[in-house]
Amino acid sequence: MALTNSRFKELVQAQQRDILSDWVPLQLQAVGARPDLISEDDLRRESKTFLSAFSRALTDNDMDIRADAWAPVREQLQRLSASRAAQGFSPSETATFILSLKQPIFGRIAKDVKDPQALAEDAWTMTRVLDDLGLFTTETYTRSRNEMIARQQQEMLELSTPVVTLWKGVLALPLIGTLDSARTQVVMESLLQRIVETGSAIAILDITGVPTVDTLVAQHLLKTVAAARLMGADCIISGIRPQIAQTIVHLGVDLNSVTTKATLADAFAIALKRLNLTVTPLQSPNGGAAPQPSPQST
Amino acid sequence: MERIPIIKLGSFLLVSIQVDMHDQLALQLQDDLTTRITETAAQGVLIDISALEMVDSFIGRMLGNIAAMARVLDAETVVVGMRPAVAITLVELGMSLEGVRTALDVEKGMALLAVAREGDRDNGYDRRSL
Repeated sequence: MALTNSRFKELVQAQQRDILSDWVPLQLQAVGARPDLISEDDLRRESKTFLSAFSRALTDNDMDIRADAWAPVREQLQRLSASRAAQGFSPSETATFILSLKQPIFGRIAKDVKDPQALAEDAWTMTRVLDDLGLFTTETYTRSRNEMIARQQQEMLELSTPVVTLWKGVLALPLIGTLDSARTQVVMESLLQRIVETGSAIAILDITGVPTVDTLVAQHLLKTVAAARLMGADCIISGIRPQIAQTIVHLGVDLNSVTTKATLADAFAIALKRLNLTVTPLQSPNGGAAPQPSPQST
Repeated sequence: MERIPIIKLGSFLLVSIQVDMHDQLALQLQDDLTTRITETAAQGVLIDISALEMVDSFIGRMLGNIAAMARVLDAETVVVGMRPAVAITLVELGMSLEGVRTALDVEKGMALLAVAREGDRDNGYDRRSL
């Protein structure tokens, strides 16, 4: 005779303490053992809370973990997976929390049930429940990871588009990281907004920090340049590394309509020239102009 | 019928678009402006669109057309004060108004026209001396 759910419950509840003392060392042994991330006491406490919630959920005849009776179990697992994801556990380490419970429970079922047919049935029921719970942990883990990634992406987007004023009328936009459509949109908007606010006629797009330039990135850059031009500001693209210059030519991207410079310094020099400004050395303290270094002295 | 005023400033014409452009108004402006350029022998046209909040492809093309017509009549066109949103829209529509000069505000546009006229004179050509 196979065990009914209430018998499962009795089995788990009656031997909760024993199961726990078997389970925790198993977890510590398995992949999930991470003394650097979680202490044994914490692990024991989490396991105990889970077991009591688990045994309560077994009361219901429903072995579907999506049922209402399982809500407390799901809730606890959700919290656990999310905190493990944040702590830096791997997905398999997180799933091991549930999967390592199989051995102690199966051992006890085997002791209780002698008929092989019934044993197989019980083992199957338990396996299904525990596998479902294991999958649920992994799913929650992945979801909280994805949320984390999305949040960081958003933060990066906000961090990575500073528009700096190099001089009165000269803006610079040091681009760092890969340019995709969403980022270009933000970059373009913040640059154009700053152009209006500062009345700057020259904007320097520095792409030293852009790892690769493909046709899409080039197109994004050209769009930004075209939009700035429409508003009456000139764009200079600087910081083109040798490899990128090669890629641009190989891809057949036409940058003829844009002023390009190798370094930000060169671009700034051009900008000053367009504003009719020059940089000259300070006068020396005795009143005369700073002496030009003579060829002999160098 | 409402019309967009065209103001004569020295040898330049100033067009300040303060209302939302609709197609009929744009066509009317094209008519008026070409007429005024020939009447006044203007050398430059400033179109201030700092109050323009919305553009479509028709208005974009109209700006290009006005510049081309003015050039035929030997006047430089400078579009000034385009808003960021308008610039982005035009670029997304694929209209980068290649033949049109642009400036940030009327003052800078005026300076740009003056420089362009200087350039003409340097080439030994001054319309007023003819």
